[in-house]
Amino acid sequence: MDNDSLEIAGRKFSSRLLLGTGKFRSGQLMAQAIEASGSQIVTVALRRVDINNPRDHIMAHLDPSKYLILPNTSGARNAEEAVRLARLARAAGVSDWVKLEVTPEPRYLLPDPVETLKAAEILVKEGFIVLPYINADPVLARRLADIGTATVMPLGSPIGSNQGIRTKESIAIIIEQSPVPVVVDAGLGAPSHAAEALEMGAAAVLVNTAIAVAGDPPAMALAFKKGVEAGRAAYLAGLGKPLEQAEASSPLAGLPW
Amino acid sequence: METPDQSFFHSLTAMESSGALSEALERITKSTVSDVNNAMERLPVAWPGFLALLSGPAENHLDEIKSLAKNLTAQRFGHTVNLYIPIYLSNACINQCAYCGFNSRMDIRRKTLSLDEVGLEGERLFNEGFRNILLVAGESRKDTPLSLMEQSVRALKEMGFVFVGLEAEPLGEDEYRILGEAGLDGVTVYQETYDREMYARVHKAGPKKDYQWRLGAPERVAKAGIRSVSVGFLLGLGEFCAEAVALAAHVKYLQKRFWQTSVSVSFPRIHQAPAGFELANAVSDTRLIKLISAMRLFNPDVTLTLSTREAPALRDELFGVGINQVSAGSKTSPGAYTVIGSESSAGEQFPVVDERPPHEVAEAIKKAGLEFVWKDWDKNLRPVA
Ligand code: SF4
Repeated sequence: MDNDSLEIAGRKFSSRLLLGTGKFRSGQLMAQAIEASGSQIVTVALRRVDINNPRDHIMAHLDPSKYLILPNTSGARNAEEAVRLARLARAAGVSDWVKLEVTPEPRYLLPDPVETLKAAEILVKEGFIVLPYINADPVLARRLADIGTATVMPLGSPIGSNQGIRTKESIAIIIEQSPVPVVVDAGLGAPSHAAEALEMGAAAVLVNTAIAVAGDPPAMALAFKKGVEAGRAAYLAGLGKPLEQAEASSPLAGLPW
Repeated sequence: METPDQSFFHSLTAMESSGALSEALERITKSTVSDVNNAMERLPVAWPGFLALLSGPAENHLDEIKSLAKNLTAQRFGHTVNLYIPIYLSNACINQCAYCGFNSRMDIRRKTLSLDEVGLEGERLFNEGFRNILLVAGESRKDTPLSLMEQSVRALKEMGFVFVGLEAEPLGEDEYRILGEAGLDGVTVYQETYDREMYARVHKAGPKKDYQWRLGAPERVAKAGIRSVSVGFLLGLGEFCAEAVALAAHVKYLQKRFWQTSVSVSFPRIHQAPAGFELANAVSDTRLIKLISAMRLFNPDVTLTLSTREAPALRDELFGVGINQVSAGSKTSPGAYTVIGSESSAGEQFPVVDERPPHEVAEAIKKAGLEFVWKDWDKNLRPVA
């Protein structure tokens, strides 16, 4: 397990849990939760932070030498807005990594495949390391990888819904086909959901609401950390196939009776 | 031929003439404790559940309903509350709304800010930390022409405000488009009352008498590509349940037709009106809380806003309980932050009840276990597609 690291765009991470920084009741609690999660990649909504202000409630708690700060383009309704936000983050020196989110409808915040692809093309050409948030669409995932995104991030279920992996069949296809790491994003409400994603072979998961809104966020962050580790360990160990009928766990043949 | 789908005006008319509205009201009246319990079983609640939550028996379960609303708000918006503040551009008005301190028959000092004064007010609030501004004006084309609104929006955006909203007379789609191009992010336009008779009674003179034009404003805002629209009714005018039903229908109507527009709801309540105005349907705290919670359980994703019209204790109780956006430190007359000062201020629209300065409100939000958020928008997110 020691050299089982997650590699994205040539950079190695020992943790497979990415954390969102919105929704916490205080910056301090957010920092504690990140610490407890062991996460090395934290996403920050550009619309939420004052990136030029070192005293900003979120940014002040994130040490860039410790974490990869992954700006996200949440709020962007089309490719143009997403690209503008990404450029803003790069110009401010935050990062040239970007979690690309293009969500034209404000209620379920579902990603727009057409505009996401368009924005990804532009950003990849401009040298950004692009991690796109998408619906669990295997063809779109291929197309994005083809144009050079660093990962694909299909949703498990609608953002903040805590419903877990409702898109399982499609995510399985994406994982099977993807040449880039698959990060399951959105909808994971419990550590068991995270474990399930990793068991399936996802490279990592991204969690925000379930941790931020928990009664004790640092404790929940730790629980997710363990869920991710358990899921990954199970994947590496090679999970048994579920069978239609019960089967004795040790063979009956050759026994003395 | 017009179809009932053409505007919310037609939808509402159809609801009235088909008996759907009175049926809904009857359901509210007849709701039992078990209807309320059923409603709480499955979230978000569907239409019958929403009606049950407005009923009398729901009041006996208010604590439970509030805690469900709180959980749902946290799940959708996190433990956060957005802050905004109004800048009054002008108190000049040619209408005669019986409930309003700006109505043209009031003998108050009238004032319209110059562009420089808008800048001064803006600068002061920007330095206090605000990034969300609501520009407010009465109705007077002479005093506040479109060009002044446009320049003000532009100036505030250039100053660094990330979200600029407008609460003024209803405009035409093309006019909203012009403001959108200047950077306007949202429009607030309360119907005041969905009850046509009451509407006619309280709007005694002026262009605001046109009920249908006002009711169509949110649609024009959405068609013009402005990203967010805020609706509501003035609590205290029409019959409470009828207003609540119409409001919920209005929100759903807008969400269904304009899928890219974010709809939010505010709950302005009349506490004190100009002399001679009698409140026909004063709304109690309990009813206000009930409406806010029911709206959250019915519609988990809408932003619900509460202004400084409400008392500190009630606001503190509602932070996070459905409510995820509040104003703080508001003054409701033009120039009150800087230009004129509070003593000799130009007439105010309504008395601010929560007079705490923004940092105290922020403290109260913290105490409620929430983070106050100055900025949840970015100037790179442009209003017009
Ligand atoms: S409510 Fe608005 S339109 Fe009516 S009098 Fe007051 S400022 Fe004028």
